[in-house]
Amino acid sequence: MAQQTTLPPAEQPAPAAEARPRPATDVAGLGRGRAAAFVGPAMVLIAVFLVFPALWTLYIGITNYRLTGVQARVPEIVGFDNYADALGDPTFHNALFLTLVFVLFSAVLGQNLLGFALARSLATLRPVLRRVVESLVLLAWIIPGSIVAFLWLALLDRDAGTLNALLQTPGLAWLIDYPLVSIIVFNIWRGTAFSMLLYSAALASVPPSQLETARLVGASRWQTLRDVVFPHIRGHVLTNTLLISLWTFNDFTPFLITAGGPNDRTEILPVYIYNTAISGGQMGYGAAVSLIMLVINLIIALFYIRLLRERR
Amino acid sequence: MAAIKLDGLTKVYPGGVRAVDDLTLTIPDGEFFALLGPSGCGKTTLLRTIAGLEEATSGSVRIGDRDVTHLPPGKRELAMVFQDYALFPHMTVVDNISYPLKIKGLAKDDRLGRAVKAGDELSLDGLMQRRPAELSGGQQQRVALARAIATHPQVFLFDEPLSNLDARLRLEARTFLKRLQRDLGVTTVFVTHDQAEALAMADRMAVMDAGRIRQVGTAREVFQRPASTFVANFIGSTPMNLLSGVVRGQAVNVSGQIVQLPGDARQHVTDGQDVVVGVRPEYLSLSQSAADGALRGVVAIVENLGTASLVTLESDGFTVAATVADGEEPAIGTDAWALPIPGRTLVYRREDGELVDAPVVAAVA
Repeated sequence: MAQQTTLPPAEQPAPAAEARPRPATDVAGLGRGRAAAFVGPAMVLIAVFLVFPALWTLYIGITNYRLTGVQARVPEIVGFDNYADALGDPTFHNALFLTLVFVLFSAVLGQNLLGFALARSLATLRPVLRRVVESLVLLAWIIPGSIVAFLWLALLDRDAGTLNALLQTPGLAWLIDYPLVSIIVFNIWRGTAFSMLLYSAALASVPPSQLETARLVGASRWQTLRDVVFPHIRGHVLTNTLLISLWTFNDFTPFLITAGGPNDRTEILPVYIYNTAISGGQMGYGAAVSLIMLVINLIIALFYIRLLRERR
Repeated sequence: MAAIKLDGLTKVYPGGVRAVDDLTLTIPDGEFFALLGPSGCGKTTLLRTIAGLEEATSGSVRIGDRDVTHLPPGKRELAMVFQDYALFPHMTVVDNISYPLKIKGLAKDDRLGRAVKAGDELSLDGLMQRRPAELSGGQQQRVALARAIATHPQVFLFDEPLSNLDARLRLEARTFLKRLQRDLGVTTVFVTHDQAEALAMADRMAVMDAGRIRQVGTAREVFQRPASTFVANFIGSTPMNLLSGVVRGQAVNVSGQIVQLPGDARQHVTDGQDVVVGVRPEYLSLSQSAADGALRGVVAIVENLGTASLVTLESDGFTVAATVADGEEPAIGTDAWALPIPGRTLVYRREDGELVDAPVVAAVA
């Protein structure tokens, strides 16, 4: 430090200045003012619709804010009471447990395995047939949730439902007798397209000569999958599982079919938050649960990213 | 170790492309055999059909005394080395080499022992714990070869084994492969589009075109006596001169100039027959003075080939190329005479492009 100050400015080594040369103001020659004017509207939108609600959720999570009544006008700060209440609440435990079951069976197992199986069997199909199947699967993914929910209500209806007609089981109330199974199957049906597309691309990246080498040494289908295909697509499997886990974890569409019922047998976390915060009016409590959910999401993401880093 | 017998082998792809067309061929035990031909001639399909990666439409493949036509590739007791080597990137060298043995159910100690032995033979010791990405192209090729050797197959199949190596390494690998094959004595079929590679390495070769074999023979036979103008065109680092002419007595009239008929061709031609005279540039001696029986032309182009130069003469109605030693190139624009070396001139029938002493076969539609 002392040595540097004794040097005249021109002879200073100035490593920082060399490593990061001052950027030209900008390529288009707008200048700071006009550049800011272009970025400004986007920043305002982000602030209003993303940053503010996030901060607001943080704030009301530590209050007893309600949708109506005295606490809607003058909420009181209650500190971490909402968090403590949630973590000790059996209905929250139930919602968390249902969510984990829902994610495990519909995303991690259901969409993943079915998507992979579809991708692998489609690869050997005639191109025309393949495109037809792909389009049908994709339709389930791109049709709006409200329409899809309506379709499924019609399918599972107790008295005039398509499924009961097909299985010849008139009067079977799927949504009452098997509510969790119903939304799990529904979510597999709805979300498999993404896994299928991702695995189709991943499988295409496995060099044919390596598959043929496995054939030449007499490897079985399972051995080929384990020793040749899977090591190539391991990164894709983890990325896919991470994405569909998070999406399914935060998915609200099942509400459109069962609204969390009967009782609370399909009350997964997003539905639980809606039911307590909006229907029940406990905004502060709902905000606290939202934050807990965010933390769980982060933990899931970190877990997968750790696995992804370990690949070699 | 075993001979390979192909009988009436045909492979038709869905869509009607006949990649291999009624092909019959025997490759004796221990031979180093090359399949040579231009792109799309069916040589790779033939190799893959022998391997079992493609199913034959008709005909049969026999390895030794076994008919393997309908056996899956894993039961044919052969090993194949692919152009890209097909090493598993997530396995170490030793795991790659021992993988086929693992699938065959060998105990761990046993297969690792054999893998290390095969690796040592190809001087891969010291690299056994590396991954393929940490190896050079030549080393990767040796790992692929070690994987093939470790299984003790009856037949080796190489698909363009040298084409992923750079030019210098390719020459080294050529010598190396040839010595390896001779030491192991395993019947080997390799596919190449590079005629120099085939000439240098193979005991015998088949030149293929449109799913058929155009000529089978040793390097010398195929080089010195191409059976057809197609083979003549394909083989040789400089293309053979093919001059259209008409038989006149004991000679051929090529656009007004005379080339003597070689003795063995005289009995197979009739006066007035349309023929093609083939003579390699290496078998023409060039002189600056008129010579009896030589083709006269004007020096048009001189191409440097390193130790020799290729001189192209232009004449009325044809061009002819001849090689001369470096330093003896004639000046461009001067007259020169190209004299065929006796016994090196070939005569082909113009109608089907076959040598005149070949039996006339009815043209196949």
